[in-house]
Amino acid sequence: MAIVINGTPYPPPDDPRVSLVDFLREELGLTGTKLGCNQGGCGACTVIIDGKRVLSCLTFAVQADGREVRTIESLGADNTALHPLQQAFIDHDGFQCGYCTPGQICSAIAMADELRRGEPSYITSDLAAGPNGDLRQEIRERMSGNLCRCGAHNGIVDAIESMLTAAETAKKTGVAA
Amino acid sequence: MTPFSYQRAVSSGAAVAAGTLQQARFIAGGTNLVDLMRQNVEAPASLIDVTDLPDSIEEKPDGSLVIGAAARNSTVAAHPVVRAHYPMLSRALLSGASAQIRNMATIGGNILQRTRCAYFYDVAGARCNKRQPGAGCDAIGGFNRYHAILGTSGSCIATHPSDMCVALAALDAVVHLQGPDGARSVPLNDFHRLPGAAPQIETVLRDGELITAVEIAPSAAAEHSAYRKVRDRSSYAFALVSVAAGLDIQDGKIVDARIALGGVAAKPWRATTAEESLRGQTVSIERFRAAAEAELASATSFGDNDFKIELARRTIVAVLGELAGTTESGVEA
Repeated sequence: MAIVINGTPYPPPDDPRVSLVDFLREELGLTGTKLGCNQGGCGACTVIIDGKRVLSCLTFAVQADGREVRTIESLGADNTALHPLQQAFIDHDGFQCGYCTPGQICSAIAMADELRRGEPSYITSDLAAGPNGDLRQEIRERMSGNLCRCGAHNGIVDAIESMLTAAETAKKTGVAA
Repeated sequence: MTPFSYQRAVSSGAAVAAGTLQQARFIAGGTNLVDLMRQNVEAPASLIDVTDLPDSIEEKPDGSLVIGAAARNSTVAAHPVVRAHYPMLSRALLSGASAQIRNMATIGGNILQRTRCAYFYDVAGARCNKRQPGAGCDAIGGFNRYHAILGTSGSCIATHPSDMCVALAALDAVVHLQGPDGARSVPLNDFHRLPGAAPQIETVLRDGELITAVEIAPSAAAEHSAYRKVRDRSSYAFALVSVAAGLDIQDGKIVDARIALGGVAAKPWRATTAEESLRGQTVSIERFRAAAEAELASATSFGDNDFKIELARRTIVAVLGELAGTTESGVEA
């Protein structure tokens, strides 16, 4: 078995105590993923496993054996171009110090898939119909697991909203974003 | 963190067999257990990963819904049948934790999560009867804004933190178990224990038993149900008080009422007194208020959490009023 990280298989660590975030950073040198609170409170360590956003600080690396992990390093073609959401964070001042940004971006990318699948949130008025109300409020509720101590939340919501709106426009006009 | 061995179970039988190892613990999402291990509240010698066990959500021929214990909170919350027929369950799940944690946490693990009492976590600095029986309780007389008002004892005033379990209590869910001595089922309302003199014993789970599934029966009250969570911030916070409720109203009369409270006790608190006072009655805010008063009559508070008694009353009345389409000024819908 192996942990597949951004398409490359790696053998899991021998010591089961190693968390996934420590494995990424300390053993593989993939330092894009950040360690914040180390107790599941801040979202800085968010990565995507088998398509779902999860916290790498509360995951033992051995638990990711046989699964596909996607980190911030996977975004942008050939590590040269920016992902549209990375560009949107720059355009909308979605950060100051940048420490929470990889987690925010991984979280938002998976969140966009959840919205596309029509999954409701706590504030979605009609559970059966799915999200169809205020997009900004939906983003705020759905991104509540990612904290920004610089207080760039308004810019973060702007950036995510612009990405979602651009994707929606592209879908309607048939032009790729 | 204390060293431990790790293995992944391929079946419930294999998990139960491995669970007989010394100081073994089952792990799934790990959102609570990993934290407890880091804090040295828990120090298992071996972890049995049950993530790969059944996680299906299936309707049985009799209409009941069976949810595999390894199903993730987010999967259950988004399931079309849950959204359409058990809205209080979907809403309760969606109110809990963050999106990332809901993607990790499982139904079985959620039922077994442990209290978020800060004194329980503070191994170095606080006394806790749950962590160390007989040590004393620093929450009593300490910072207890988040603590219980119902079913407390002189040894423990901790709350059960789950939102999902509050809905499962109101829905009369049944927990399916498999253990070294075979399989059995326990109603969720009998699964968790009140603290009494032994707060360290939190459930009726026997040594080595594994939760394999949760079963819910359909009902008119479940169809017409809601979950409201009151907390210090509007998202990603534990409940101060929460209410799961469902009403079956026919010709203006309450045929069935299901009410459970969260954030108020060591277990999800099924409000049977309130329910009984409502059955057969006509719908009115006065009746709802009387039911809430009756349920909270036995409540006691500890200083910082005095507000919870009134908050619980008001939240019950508000949720029932919303479900019945009734407000202070009369019937709206």
